[in-house]
Amino acid sequence: MSETKLIPTKPDTALILLGCPQVPIQTSAALYLSGILNKKDVDVTIGGTKAARSLIQIADIDGIYTGGPGGIQDLDAVIDKMADGTFDADVSFVFVHNEAGVAYTATLQALSSGTIIAVVFGGETEARMNELTEIGCPAVTAKGSHNPLPLKRKIDEVVSWDA
Amino acid sequence: MGCIEKLNYEVIDKHVSFKEAATFIDKNCAEVYEVKPGFKIFDKGMIGIPPVRIGLDGDVVTFPFTKPCYGTFLLRVSDAVEADMIRRKAKNIRH
Repeated sequence: MSETKLIPTKPDTALILLGCPQVPIQTSAALYLSGILNKKDVDVTIGGTKAARSLIQIADIDGIYTGGPGGIQDLDAVIDKMADGTFDADVSFVFVHNEAGVAYTATLQALSSGTIIAVVFGGETEARMNELTEIGCPAVTAKGSHNPLPLKRKIDEVVSWDA
Repeated sequence: MGCIEKLNYEVIDKHVSFKEAATFIDKNCAEVYEVKPGFKIFDKGMIGIPPVRIGLDGDVVTFPFTKPCYGTFLLRVSDAVEADMIRRKAKNIRH
């Protein structure tokens, strides 16, 4: 079976945009994705709310997984810099579990010249996938809030571009 | 202007979709404008699913405002400077 890869070639830069941290697997999946991208020499920037950033920063106190050049930034600051044209990324992963996450995804679609991929999880993945289909955004999804393994497997499929 | 949370705003509705926000603005505001997500209002890039609508009634600005954990609110703020900026920079849909 042959499928078109969402990321066909290695990106130089990536943005991980975190949603509301109320669903536990977001932090685990974000740390994992950032770590994988770092290993693949992709410069990672992470954007999130104060609570989402704290969960990441405390879990990775020495920046082993999240110590990319872009650092960990305030969500609004990332959006404002993209709107000003002073920041962009080759690929942006938007973590989505609620309707607000879909709105942030649509915003990045409007602001970024790079590839936007929604990472969908939580208890309402069907509704989120329908909303993302409406705005034409590619997505990977794994239903659930506590077990990060299904989402990890989906992430692995996405970050497997050709060398 | 500072951040939106510090403004003297009125919450018209909460947990609205962008379609619902646009419908409300179309039906209830004298002037209707359309902007791209990221359009700066009160110094903050707007979050939204296009078409993102902003309504004006004189100096009163009606707009959707999204928070990551709380969804989208429809807010109303009276601000002459911001209303003037919107008239100059946003695409007018109805005057």
